[in-house]
Amino acid sequence: MSSLRITGGTIYDPANGVDGQVGDIWIVDGCVVESPSEEGAKADRTLDATGLVVMPGGVDMHCHIAGPKVNTARKMIPEDKRTADPVVRTRLTRSGTVGSVPSTFATGYLYAGMGYTTAMDAAVPPLGARHAHEELEDTPIIDKGFYVLMGNNHYVMKQIAADEPGLLKAYIAWLLHSTKGFAAKLVNPGGVEIWKSGGGNARGIDDTVEHFGVTPRQIIRGVAAAVDELGLPHPVHIHCNNLGMPGNHATTMETMTSLEGHRAHMTHIQFHSYDGDPDDQSTFGSRVSELAAYVNTHDNLTVDVGQVMFARTTSMTGDGPLGYFLHQVTGRKWFSGDIEMEAGCGIVPIVYKQKSLVHALQWAIGLEWYLLVDDPWRIAMSTDHPNGGSFLAYPEIISLLMDRELRREVLAGAPRAVADRCTLKELDREYSLYEIAIITRAGPARMLGLSHKGHLGPGADGDVTMYSPDDDIQRMFELPRYVVSRGEVVVDDAQIVQDTRGRTLHVAPDFDLDAVDDIQAWFESTYSIQFRNYPVGDHYLLDPLVVPTS
Amino acid sequence: MSTPEPSNTAASAPTAPTAATASSSESSSELRVIEDATCTFCGCVCDDMELTVEGNRITKAKNACVLGKAWFFNHHIEDRPEALIDGEPAGYDAAMDRAAEILLSAKFPLTYGLSDSTSEAQRVAVAITDWIGGIVDTTTSVCHGPSGIAFQGVGEVTCSLGEVKNRADYVIFWGGNPAESHPRHFTKYSLMPKGEFVPRGRKDRTAVLIDVRKTKSAKAADHFLQVKPRRDFELAWALRALAHGLELDESIEETTGIKLEKLHEIMDGMKRAKFGVILFGMGVTMTRGKHLNSEAILALTRDMNQHTRWNAKPMRGHGNVTGADNVVTWSTGYPFGVHLGSGFPRFNPGEFTASDVLARGEADAALIIASDPMSNFSQPARDHLASIPSVVLDPKLTDTARTAAVAFTVSTYGINTGGTVYRMDDVPIPLRPAFESPFKSDLEILRGIESRIRKIQLADVSLDKSDETAAGVA
Repeated sequence: MSSLRITGGTIYDPANGVDGQVGDIWIVDGCVVESPSEEGAKADRTLDATGLVVMPGGVDMHCHIAGPKVNTARKMIPEDKRTADPVVRTRLTRSGTVGSVPSTFATGYLYAGMGYTTAMDAAVPPLGARHAHEELEDTPIIDKGFYVLMGNNHYVMKQIAADEPGLLKAYIAWLLHSTKGFAAKLVNPGGVEIWKSGGGNARGIDDTVEHFGVTPRQIIRGVAAAVDELGLPHPVHIHCNNLGMPGNHATTMETMTSLEGHRAHMTHIQFHSYDGDPDDQSTFGSRVSELAAYVNTHDNLTVDVGQVMFARTTSMTGDGPLGYFLHQVTGRKWFSGDIEMEAGCGIVPIVYKQKSLVHALQWAIGLEWYLLVDDPWRIAMSTDHPNGGSFLAYPEIISLLMDRELRREVLAGAPRAVADRCTLKELDREYSLYEIAIITRAGPARMLGLSHKGHLGPGADGDVTMYSPDDDIQRMFELPRYVVSRGEVVVDDAQIVQDTRGRTLHVAPDFDLDAVDDIQAWFESTYSIQFRNYPVGDHYLLDPLVVPTS
Repeated sequence: MSTPEPSNTAASAPTAPTAATASSSESSSELRVIEDATCTFCGCVCDDMELTVEGNRITKAKNACVLGKAWFFNHHIEDRPEALIDGEPAGYDAAMDRAAEILLSAKFPLTYGLSDSTSEAQRVAVAITDWIGGIVDTTTSVCHGPSGIAFQGVGEVTCSLGEVKNRADYVIFWGGNPAESHPRHFTKYSLMPKGEFVPRGRKDRTAVLIDVRKTKSAKAADHFLQVKPRRDFELAWALRALAHGLELDESIEETTGIKLEKLHEIMDGMKRAKFGVILFGMGVTMTRGKHLNSEAILALTRDMNQHTRWNAKPMRGHGNVTGADNVVTWSTGYPFGVHLGSGFPRFNPGEFTASDVLARGEADAALIIASDPMSNFSQPARDHLASIPSVVLDPKLTDTARTAAVAFTVSTYGINTGGTVYRMDDVPIPLRPAFESPFKSDLEILRGIESRIRKIQLADVSLDKSDETAAGVA
């Protein structure tokens, strides 16, 4: 039994209603426990947090950090790393490269160094699940998992077309079992299959996916319902059709209404909130106000933002036709990777510029989302790393949310039309530390259904981040004084002092075993690998944790 | 876990590396059948092998091609010592001690090979190289390295082999002879199988072979284009021009060896296709132009997507060379030719690639895993490799193992040991070993070496100051 006492810190623990109270936190064997009642109780180690801001470890619920697409981006863009400061090998830690797509070891250290202790990769094709787990095993310190791409899966579409909700539900559960995945992800449902079978895309949620005879609307509703019935800890995670297209707000609104009350998480919502004519970039504008108003009044929905920051980065997506679109728009090198029966992929390097009307509006639209969703528990911080920007930009985003003058300064450096085409300049709201603690840890943990993450009450993982208060908010959040992961001090004054491995989080819902024969028959007639070689064995997961269904 | 496994059939997931159902010692005469085993001989990584095992020998390999059969039948247990130190038989422990000593005392160690080993072992090899600050390079640098460089220039439009099987109605093989190098590629993935969108199989596909000579693969093709040697780039560029609707004159025949009329016929077919794929081999990457040839083919494929869907795929040779690319990339950020001697990864093919490093006489120790550079590198590179202490892991007593300071006899991946192998299309596939070997796996040996190196490094307080201050995450 090992114990750690963190004493005298100013605690922000929104899940337990703690808003800046001074107190102690006790961690025994990696978990937070009640402070002992007896006087003079001693811990194996005591950290003096007097004067420090204490929060639960950060939780990134949507990023791209492992698996085939991420690794392909690493391979494709060496120039991105050459100019970035590397992570240098130490006596305890491995070396790595950074840029917009850090290598695995660097990813773990950089998240931990920023006070984040959990991160979820948002898009893994099932056939690449074994690869993703291998990378996650080489991603130190943080706890992690991934969402499984299902929105263009042939079996999913066949069962929806055949009106077989039982088989659909069984398949989703079987697929999560087989991949050791955490949640169901839809990426441009139906549209990627249209792209794969001859080119093109779905233009709206009622387009028909030929050969399968289903629409995006049917896929969205079918999977959302199945996920609810399975009681998965996280609802269906939706990347809507028409990402990035001017005028796509209508598709986003239709997607939300098509759920008919089922739970859903709408991801990188910034990229789906645009006004304008799809064929004319100059008509680009914001429609956040009405979309946020809908979210505010529908508590089956949560969102993360997908904030765009002005920098060089990499667009990587399971949305194959989007990759092609970005390649045409930017003229940059392009990777596309179609995966049998399951998914697509697009990768294009991209530079977001403050002087670009479209890019600056994307930046402003992301901030509008943070400022227009009333309940911070319903919105999570994300850059859709690395799509809108690196996860390393979170401290800068925090500073923008806490300081309206800073936002206005940046806005002043953007093309003048930006301010006219969105509401940002009128938004005076400033986030408090308590609210920052919600959107960066407590909220995302709750959205993921992780009862042991994002808070500091008894039973929580002993993941704690301590910051030195600083007028420079960005610096404060970039350089935590201490980071504790499951009771172990892993970061002390910007140094990794313990190279822990972290755990893999996945789900294992119950399902009808009789469905497996049908799945196997379909699998064996279509895939290029053997059915028995598809499921990922337990030995690929280091210290796995099965998160229960409800 | 409170929930049931998906089913016995579905989820008897490949388990730990020791999953072989019986050990060789207790089943010397017993006959066993291993289903869904994986052949790691070439980049096809066929995972539908049905192996019959008698004792410590595979006697039948159903579904295996001629190369696969040779692979399975020739890997039986040889009567050899666990290791050789300076040519003298030695035990594993002494050999691992000596290996760690050699690698730790080197100033410029080189790790090379890796493509015929599991990704689990590859990860440890990269870790060792990181801890000792060496170079890590793989056989990619002498096969499809130019395609990797081309990829960094123009990207790649590609797909998994099941996409080819299910959709491809126009297939071009370029600079390769799959009938002899990847014998099951035609039947399992690219030509013969019936697929979801090509229900009549071969009848629904048009096949083209482009090569400098008429190989056995030509029989399988509808069109054979005999390109003049060293003119692959020009041919790809001519097709790009036609794809863009530009005019070419008859002199293209003089340049490429192919009549203009034929090029038009091919391009018309390519544009009419619903889903085309170009599968290109080392005839493209290792001839004049090298990465420029790959780049031209990748660019042609990309351009064709303005008309219809086209994909390209390098035909990778070694069983897990694709895994090596992946492991080196996720660990360091770069695919091969990575220098870790400055404390962080740097990438420069030609400077940090093994054949070049050795030919310049630079490395002062080597760790060679599952590769035989002494039989295929240039003479200056071989001379230098023979002159420095090297640590070699190989199931066979290769020329490289013969010159090693420490040569480990290891078990064979996929036959004796489990683990993961990445097929040429980046699909990771688990291994189901057929019978146990008395020899340790690459993974076990490398872990032994790594733990020895780490023990010494962590005990050395002088490292504290020099390294720790330079580091940090902020």
